[in-house]
Amino acid sequence: MFGATLLLAFREIRRHLLRSFLTTLGIIIGVAAVITMVTLGNGVTASIKDQISSLGSNVLIVFPVQGDRGRPRPFKQADVDAVSRQIAGVVDVSGSVSSSVTAFHNGQSWRTTVQGVGNDFLRARSVEVESGRAFTNEEESAGKNMCLIGPKVQKAIFVAGSSPLGENIRLNNVSCTVIAVLKERGEGGGPDQDSDNVVMVPLKMAQRRFTGSDDIQYFVIKYDSAYASTAIQDSLVGLLRERRLLQGAATNDFNIVDTAQVNQALGAATGALTAMVAVIAGISLLVGGIGIMNIMLVSVTERTREIGIRLAIGALAREVQLQFLTEAVVLCCFGGAVGIALAFILSWGMASAIDVPFIFNPVVNVMSFLFSALMGITFGYYPARRASKLDPIDALRHE
Amino acid sequence: MTPPEIPLIELEGITKTFGRGEAAFQALKGVDMRIERGDFVAVMGPSGSGKSTTMNILGCLDVPTSGIFRFRGVEVQALDRDQRSLLRRRYLGFVFQGFNLLARTSAVENVELPLLYRGEKKSERHAAAMRALDQVGLAPWADHTPAELSGGQQQRVAIARALVTQPDVLLADEPTGNLDTERSIEIMQLLTRLNGEGITILMVTHEEEMAAFANTIVRFRDGLVERVERGRRTRREEPA
Repeated sequence: MFGATLLLAFREIRRHLLRSFLTTLGIIIGVAAVITMVTLGNGVTASIKDQISSLGSNVLIVFPVQGDRGRPRPFKQADVDAVSRQIAGVVDVSGSVSSSVTAFHNGQSWRTTVQGVGNDFLRARSVEVESGRAFTNEEESAGKNMCLIGPKVQKAIFVAGSSPLGENIRLNNVSCTVIAVLKERGEGGGPDQDSDNVVMVPLKMAQRRFTGSDDIQYFVIKYDSAYASTAIQDSLVGLLRERRLLQGAATNDFNIVDTAQVNQALGAATGALTAMVAVIAGISLLVGGIGIMNIMLVSVTERTREIGIRLAIGALAREVQLQFLTEAVVLCCFGGAVGIALAFILSWGMASAIDVPFIFNPVVNVMSFLFSALMGITFGYYPARRASKLDPIDALRHE
Repeated sequence: MTPPEIPLIELEGITKTFGRGEAAFQALKGVDMRIERGDFVAVMGPSGSGKSTTMNILGCLDVPTSGIFRFRGVEVQALDRDQRSLLRRRYLGFVFQGFNLLARTSAVENVELPLLYRGEKKSERHAAAMRALDQVGLAPWADHTPAELSGGQQQRVAIARALVTQPDVLLADEPTGNLDTERSIEIMQLLTRLNGEGITILMVTHEEEMAAFANTIVRFRDGLVERVERGRRTRREEPA
């Protein structure tokens, strides 16, 4: 019987192709909107997570802020050394300073940022070298005029195809030798903004030649993943308060940022946004379902005579009900399937347009499809019931 | 098989009242009737005489307010809606004045429809529908939709749809009401031939010319059977 009912439903839809299509349009748009929004939301979240993870995992960033005593007090190398020595679980720690400079080579100039770092910094922040090498310990501790240039700097001041390794470039009026080109990391790499437009030099050289003091603007800590971030942060706070002579109720005049927390916060924010947009899209899906009910009710009235014929030739009330219900469900499932196909195209196209990864989410696709089938049952039930309640004599007489 | 002593259809004191209280209207006031297997009955009478109400009851579409309606010895007035549906599906075929074919649906699919509700296999369904169309001489038109057929052809498709289940009784409500005389006579000749093949036919008509094809004429007046004329068939199927 169910096969026959399905056949009747298909025939009915085929008899009213245009109307069936218009009816399902609401479902198509609703399903497509929900899936596209969730897929794009996932893509954006993944893209942000990717950028955050370029900060490095298990990394704390410590920087001075205004405390009770006015202006922020910078850190010194001694603070960094103390952290390295006294806090268990710290793997790498390195201070950093940065300053805006103009880089010159062969008559080309380029605005960039010079950043003084240690080799620990490169490890902690997962800065990788595309070609060339990192600083030697001797170069680092002596603060030699050596530099690692970001890919954007290379592009801006070197002729394409020529190797910058071993060349001398000038940063303002300081000459230094390029020993490496950095791997591309993408934008949004944290406080240094564009992590591809940077020239990295030994910290001591940057302090001596660019910032002119032994201050450290911030430092990064990479800790052993076996240690809890909160435990490390607690001992860090204790140590730094002691070193900065903060007693009693004095507020911390420094801030510790955990990249994992940033990651979580951003993930939660984009998740909430995705959920909100998906709910709005879900409402349009609901409206689409009500549209189906409306058309099915009209269809019952319009087909009263046909229902009468079916009843007269021996259809049972429940068979008529099943037929109308099946029609609604088939329409909704058809709408769901087309919506999924449309969402696939839309989300793929939009993902590449806004440059986020396209992540196919099978759960939301299956759920949307099941939801549209459920709407077929929900909104098809009442019209189907009405059809099955018709009196065959009245129905046959209906004009 | 029904034992021969039990008539196919028996009505005893059938009344039917529509509405309630002041607005109540008694359409049938105690109808008694017997129809034997293989008969060709024309039901006649002015409008409001109760002939349509009687046909609805005979077609198991409606139940009497009181009285007994036995079909093959089964008391139909005691059956529920679904049981009556099954009775129609198994034993009855309907032909309507307005043909009542499904629009935008081919002739063969229209004819197949009752078999769908019987749950028959696709191949059997199709073969039976084609046989029925062949019986009414429309096999070559199987794939045409009602809009592509003439009125006479549409009515023949409707007859094929009624025949496809091989019913005991064919109920025809003004089958020629929408057709011109020539097509009407063709339809009546078809019904006569089918009756000759053993199907009992009950037909409502108001045209004496069409009633002349019937073997028995039942005349209604004011909710009662006024007169039954038996064995008065005056017209026969003309040789093809």
